[in-house]
Amino acid sequence: MNKILKILLPSVLGLLLFVGLWALVSQTSPQLPGPIKTWDSAVQLFSDPFYRKGPNDQGIGWNILASLQRVGIGFGMAAAIGIPLGFMIGRFDFLNRMTAPIISLLRPVSPLAWLPIGLLVFKAANPAAIWVIFISSIWPMIINTAAGVGRIPQDYMNVAKVLNLSEWKIFTKILFPAVLPHMITGIRLSIGVAWLVIVAAEMLTGGVGIGFWVWDEWNNLNVEHIIIAIFVVGIVGLLLEQMLVLLAKRFSYE
Amino acid sequence: MEKYVQIENVQMVFDTRKGPFVALRDINLNIAQGEFISLIGHSGCGKSTLLNLVAGLTLPSGGAMLCAQREIAGPGPDRAVVFQNHSLLPWLTCFDNVYLAVERVFGGSESRAVMKKRTQDALALVGLSHAEHKHPHEISGGMKQRVGIARALSMQPKVLLLDEPFGALDALTRAHLQDELMKIAADTKSTVIMVTHDVDEAVLLSDRIVMMTNGPAAVIGEILEVNLPRPRARLELANDSKYHQYRSAVLDFLYRRQLRPAA
Ligand SMILES: Nc1ncnc2c1ncn2[C@@H]1O[C@H](COP(=O)(O)OP(=O)(O)O)[C@@H](O)[C@H]1O
Ligand SMILES: [Mg+2]
Repeated sequence: MNKILKILLPSVLGLLLFVGLWALVSQTSPQLPGPIKTWDSAVQLFSDPFYRKGPNDQGIGWNILASLQRVGIGFGMAAAIGIPLGFMIGRFDFLNRMTAPIISLLRPVSPLAWLPIGLLVFKAANPAAIWVIFISSIWPMIINTAAGVGRIPQDYMNVAKVLNLSEWKIFTKILFPAVLPHMITGIRLSIGVAWLVIVAAEMLTGGVGIGFWVWDEWNNLNVEHIIIAIFVVGIVGLLLEQMLVLLAKRFSYE
Repeated sequence: MEKYVQIENVQMVFDTRKGPFVALRDINLNIAQGEFISLIGHSGCGKSTLLNLVAGLTLPSGGAMLCAQREIAGPGPDRAVVFQNHSLLPWLTCFDNVYLAVERVFGGSESRAVMKKRTQDALALVGLSHAEHKHPHEISGGMKQRVGIARALSMQPKVLLLDEPFGALDALTRAHLQDELMKIAADTKSTVIMVTHDVDEAVLLSDRIVMMTNGPAAVIGEILEVNLPRPRARLELANDSKYHQYRSAVLDFLYRRQLRPAA
């Protein structure tokens, strides 16, 4: 009990300090709603998260789910392509050298720079947003998976050699389990990037989604809702991250 | 003498960034079936290199190597290796680590039940039946090394290769495992090549001690035959004058004739 208190106390104190500062700032600047006002507004908002009043007026729940769905599809496709590609790049030096310049060139490109290309190719907002998620979240998975393959201890490969294991056994018993922790790190970074990018992408593409919702509330000058959206984005991002941390713990062998 | 493992004029040259590095040259060694051989020498002289050559993990730059009249062209389960750092796969239980080897060697000819029995027998041989469902990180260093030995033995190899198998263990555990290895080698009549830098270990376990000169371009400096009756008991040997003679012979080689220039 005492221990839990010791761990929790600083966090709680930090949060209280943050809310206090926020309250103070909102006192001096009348446009910024304070914590209490925002809380009231949030309670109201989340009392009916799943209403539908036409295409541009839907509950916050639908908006979150719409964003998560886009992230899920874009990220899923990135994983389906990025992870096997990472394995191959890590295993075959030729492929590594071949792809290295392309990856180093494209990886630092700001995610939103890809949006026009998406709009051009798909001629629709939704696939373009998914495209942006895909292209911006694929790099950490390729790079981490490839690095993981490259970093498999020689000892394990020696075991494979001494036992003369088949390629399939090497993959299932050594390569895959050894790379899994690195892969999960890549996935974690990717999800982080994807969730970061979706808000910006949706602001530009419109439709239903937490990013568009923020933009819409800005046009309505509903600042409480914008602040709520910031918290929602933060909390969902935190939950995604924690899920993957749990997954990573499950597959670490130390 | 019957030649089970034949090493003839073997030379090993590594390509390094600074050009070719001659690690071993003119290595000639014949090993009989059931013989226990130790390779001893200062660190970096090429003991592991020689062991890896017999394992087939690397191929010699020159010379010929045969095992049971067949050229050593690569690694194979007939030459099982116990690595210095146990090299267990951390995501597999002790049982599965051993089973992986058993399945590889006997998977074509035996049923799962028989292979399971083999795996359990191998773990029992090293006294680890109780730990079969544990993962490597849940057991001590000595136990890990024993699983490594069980994995190697489970394959019923023609030759058992050990690279400083007990180097990382505390003295008590090491002594215990040495006794176990001695007993297992006798029971299974295995042909064993063990790399060590521990003089007592070499004298206690070996039929012959192969002493290597310092590298680069290390050669076999001397081969010492250890004519102590088996089974050998550590405590009795402590008062055996022959044992001490062998021991001083090795020490003399290592610390007088091959004294390492202060590194
Ligand atoms: N793959 C390699 N490439 C280059 N040099 C190597 C390689 N493996 C071993 N050597 C060198 O060969 C010598 C013998 O190494 P090794 O057999 O590991 O010695 P030890 O007797 O300590 O086991 C050392 O000088 C080492 O640096
Ligand atoms: Mg060595």
